[in-house]
Amino acid sequence: METLSTLTTPDWLFYLFAVITVASAAFVAFTKNVVYAAFALLFTFFGVAGLYVLLNSDFLAVTQILVYVGGILVLILFGVMLTNRSISVDIQSETLKFAPALIVTAALLGTLAGFYTVTDWFFGGPGAEITATSTAPNIGNALVTTHALPFEVASVVLLVALVGAAMIARRDK
Amino acid sequence: MIPLSHYLLLSAVIFSVGVVGVMTRRNAIVVFMCIELMLNSVNLTLVAFSSYLGDATGQMLVFFVMVVAAAEAAVGLAIVISLFRNKQTVNIDDINILKW
Repeated sequence: METLSTLTTPDWLFYLFAVITVASAAFVAFTKNVVYAAFALLFTFFGVAGLYVLLNSDFLAVTQILVYVGGILVLILFGVMLTNRSISVDIQSETLKFAPALIVTAALLGTLAGFYTVTDWFFGGPGAEITATSTAPNIGNALVTTHALPFEVASVVLLVALVGAAMIARRDK
Repeated sequence: MIPLSHYLLLSAVIFSVGVVGVMTRRNAIVVFMCIELMLNSVNLTLVAFSSYLGDATGQMLVFFVMVVAAAEAAVGLAIVISLFRNKQTVNIDDINILKW
């Protein structure tokens, strides 16, 4: 890991993106206002995209912004706007199951953190990390050679999902 | 350089925030956003492993997870809008017509 130190970005960037991501994720999960939650999700997606850049996966960072911010977030905002009534205030049952949910989540987080830190993860040897060169050519090559079938299946899945979504959301059948 | 465990712990925290959101919130769209949070945290784990292992296959997996997430978002929001048209609510406690 030390061999890359001249190429890597400063460490505090990771903590900056981590704080942005976790804070906005918590805001999404806990705010009462659905529109605010949707806009907080924007910052989460950007934070995760920044973390992808720090992990030297530039292609995925751009894809994250295009797909999540440009596609999914706009869809969610449409959903918020189309299902928002002026009288529907999302206050009720906020604290109804909060304590059991918190206990379950704390157990889950403890388990995950425990085995993430305890496990001796395999690394591809010293200096095996993906360096600061672009990963897009590798991914592009893999998409049309070794992963060609999943790629085609994914395109069919997207087509079917879009047709199905349009059919479900249509007003009169 | 940031150790791998920091990325893993960060993604565990994001995943847990998503889980607590799914379990406590009753608005279907907020539940939806929390599912997206969980998908993002899993993607972050995959990218972190892929980057530290020097193998781009993990990034291919993230690519396909994004495809499925996009399909899920489209179909899920269509279902939410259709439910809202029929029941005039997106509160998942009121959507119990399949419950006997």
